[in-house]
Amino acid sequence: MKDTEGYVTADGRQIGGVLMELNNITLKFGGVTAISDISFDIHEGEIRAIIGPNGAGKSSMLNIISGFYTPTIGELWYKGEKRPQMRPYEIARMGVARTFQNIALFEGMTVLDNVMTGRLTHMHAGVAAQALWYGKARAEEIANREIVEKVIDFLEIQSIRKTPVGRLPYGLKKRVELARALAAEPSILLLDEPMAGMNVEEKEDMSRFILDVNDEFGTTICLIEHDMGVVMDLSDRVVVMDYGKKIGDGPPDEVRNNQDVIDAYLGVPS
Amino acid sequence: MAKLAESADGLCSVPALLQRNAEKFGDRPAYREKEYGIWQSWTWKETSDEIEALALGLLNLGVNKGDHVAIIGRNRPYLYWSMVAAQMVGAVPVPLYADAVAEEMEYVLSHCGARFVIAADQEQVDKVIDIQEHLHQFEHMLYLDPRGMRKYDHRTLHEFSHVQNQGRAAYDEFIEDLNARRNSLTYDDTCVMLYTSGTTGKPKGVVLSNRNIVETAKASSQFDSLTEGEEILAYLPMAWVGDFIFSLGQAYWTGFCVNCPESAETMKTDLREIAPSYYFAPPAVFEGQLTQIMIRMEDAGAFKRKMFHYFMAHARKVGPRLLEGEPVSLFDRVKYALGEFTTYGPLKNALGFSNVRIGYTAGEAIGPELFDFYRSLGINLKQLYGQTEATVFITQQPDGEVRSDTVGVPSPGVEIKIADTGEVFYRSAGTFVEYYNNPESTADTKDAEGWVATGDAGFFEKESGHLRIIDRIKDVGKMSDGGMFAPKYVENKLKFYPNILEVVVFGAGRDRCTAFVNIDLTAVGNWAERNNIAYASYQELAGHPEVLDTIQSHIEETNISIAQDEMLAGCQIHRFLILHKELDADDGEMTRTRKVRRKIVGEKFDDLVTALYDGSDEIYTETEVTYEDGRKGKITATLKIRDTKVQPVAAKLAAE
Repeated sequence: MKDTEGYVTADGRQIGGVLMELNNITLKFGGVTAISDISFDIHEGEIRAIIGPNGAGKSSMLNIISGFYTPTIGELWYKGEKRPQMRPYEIARMGVARTFQNIALFEGMTVLDNVMTGRLTHMHAGVAAQALWYGKARAEEIANREIVEKVIDFLEIQSIRKTPVGRLPYGLKKRVELARALAAEPSILLLDEPMAGMNVEEKEDMSRFILDVNDEFGTTICLIEHDMGVVMDLSDRVVVMDYGKKIGDGPPDEVRNNQDVIDAYLGVPS
Repeated sequence: MAKLAESADGLCSVPALLQRNAEKFGDRPAYREKEYGIWQSWTWKETSDEIEALALGLLNLGVNKGDHVAIIGRNRPYLYWSMVAAQMVGAVPVPLYADAVAEEMEYVLSHCGARFVIAADQEQVDKVIDIQEHLHQFEHMLYLDPRGMRKYDHRTLHEFSHVQNQGRAAYDEFIEDLNARRNSLTYDDTCVMLYTSGTTGKPKGVVLSNRNIVETAKASSQFDSLTEGEEILAYLPMAWVGDFIFSLGQAYWTGFCVNCPESAETMKTDLREIAPSYYFAPPAVFEGQLTQIMIRMEDAGAFKRKMFHYFMAHARKVGPRLLEGEPVSLFDRVKYALGEFTTYGPLKNALGFSNVRIGYTAGEAIGPELFDFYRSLGINLKQLYGQTEATVFITQQPDGEVRSDTVGVPSPGVEIKIADTGEVFYRSAGTFVEYYNNPESTADTKDAEGWVATGDAGFFEKESGHLRIIDRIKDVGKMSDGGMFAPKYVENKLKFYPNILEVVVFGAGRDRCTAFVNIDLTAVGNWAERNNIAYASYQELAGHPEVLDTIQSHIEETNISIAQDEMLAGCQIHRFLILHKELDADDGEMTRTRKVRRKIVGEKFDDLVTALYDGSDEIYTETEVTYEDGRKGKITATLKIRDTKVQPVAAKLAAE
């Protein structure tokens, strides 16, 4: 491990030590190299953004963090330990929760039920006890429901608590997805394009919720986003990727003035 | 009018009523609020303890007698407690509209010189922080919801629950002071200060005394025989006098339970879960609900839809009569009971009206169809007429005498007189003390004998003794023969026809009335579609002879009903035309809130007004219009003018 010192952000928030560290990650699909030799770290309590043009490998990176992909080369350190190869649900149990670029909710279930699924990793009663809602399962469900209700209150979705997700507009579905991820009480929250396809008002709401989550629960957030304005406003540090390579890393202002980044986004005059 | 120093039983303030309720109804629920998906409740005993703890906390913070304590937020038990706690320490609660912008709050907060603010959440706190440098008397702010507040400067900010805890800790130190202050409250002390919405000029702070509130709560509770078993849903703004009387005055007088919704958006679900027995809503809310029902019925299966329409037709026929206790045949009663089982019951349940014993609507005229719809379902919906200065009640409808076109008889203890100008004056125990720091306005509104001008023109119906409100007095004019000209009264009657969207009546200073009509494109368009009438535009449909016939029949029906009021019989419409364009705010013909600008319309369509009075059958006109993207265009049309049948003004002629 490298230094685990925290730092103070521009707006005066104290950020903790390193929570996750990715060392020399390379990901190959057959002959295609999606990510080549990327290293960066995520500190505890910070909002970390990954940006880059289409096909830069951002979502692949997020999938490596969430354990959906295993890197071909390279290692991932989490909470001071090297993470072995794991199934995604095992990683979820370790406090990593995520939302998806193209919403992955149970359309036929109510908002409440969907958010309850976020608590799945915290339920230990057996199938029979859960089906009969008996003994430990009952106490567990009540305790979990309380946490879910607090998340529902936090994200202001009380009015759609009993509405099937399929009937909701896009912006609200995104919020329900965030709710489900939050219900897991993650120590690191991965957001894959949380603002994609939203109108200005919905983006403002979502930005406020992301900041509130970070502020209120101290959750570390790693997000991928295309909207540059949003990224620069929200995040404490930004990783910039292009064609599977890291071309920049640092606070938003520094990244904004990085020549490589400007070239990647605007093109290089020939 | 003899004024008592205190009420007969010594209950002369809200804190005194609280004390009584804690003893008398100790274990009955006083408040419920849905939070985290569950209805949390507080008994009167618990409520009393919570309020006392807060009051002690306020003493600890240094609240003095006569201080103003502003309260900002949506309906929550904690904020109702804040008002009573402020009263308990001798301060004056001033509830503010939660949706007001910071500048509006600045005016009210600096006008009343609030030293303390109790705000619901970060949003409200931020607004006050934005303006606090302009508020010279402001010192401390309490907030309810700590979310997002951790990093705020807490020198003058206090979390609500912490203040309560400090109050509990300092019990021994302050309880004597608190008891002394609580017991020294008299009938003449200020109970609350409510700011009028200020549609004309700056908002005015209406000072209401304990006498106003307690006497009004008592009289109005008796009028409707309210008991401690009522359930109400508190969802209307706390700064509005109606909410103060229903959710605080009457609730503390009778000891019933006040339920607060989870959030503004969940109001419908919460209404259904609580099923209040006593309910208040402005006409717009009832209208919205009816529209929802109708839309959803159109989407329902054929069988359900047929059943709904079949039984609703029956309900319209006998429902209101059943509610009024009039004789109805046995067959109709059985059929109504069947309808109740299959249709009305489930419908009322879905709306949250299963248990409504008394419902009130006020604020503006309610359409007869809308009114009858709810009454036909067996919901005892009534009308009342009131204002902040009267502590709400001026007139209301007793059970068994409910009609859509009157506002009822004078409320108990209210005297009413009609001035020669037609303006309504009242005097009652609820009559406000004064406008805060505004003696001129007070003198303009309330005379030495205590009569208050309402600013509304109205008259009493001879047969029923009910008051009818015509219009704002400043909008009522005179015709050339000296008769009363009340355009809005006529326009409202006509606008209740679904085919008519807008009407502008002319006649001030003339010998007879005429009207411009805008048809409702949705309703008339629907009719045209069903009757295979092709049309390309509003203008074409508006000029269709059959449409003109329909509108003419509506106006003639209305003329018959207007002719029945002898004072207004002169306002019958003699001629009309259907305008070739819809009145639009973009063209300055209406305000943004869709109120017609009578004068501007009259000037703009001067040629049409002339044609209405010179007897011509049709007129060619050109009008400039502004499109939504700001471009200007011109439309031309030849409009037909129709004469309508008017009723002879029999009563008046006979009298002369």
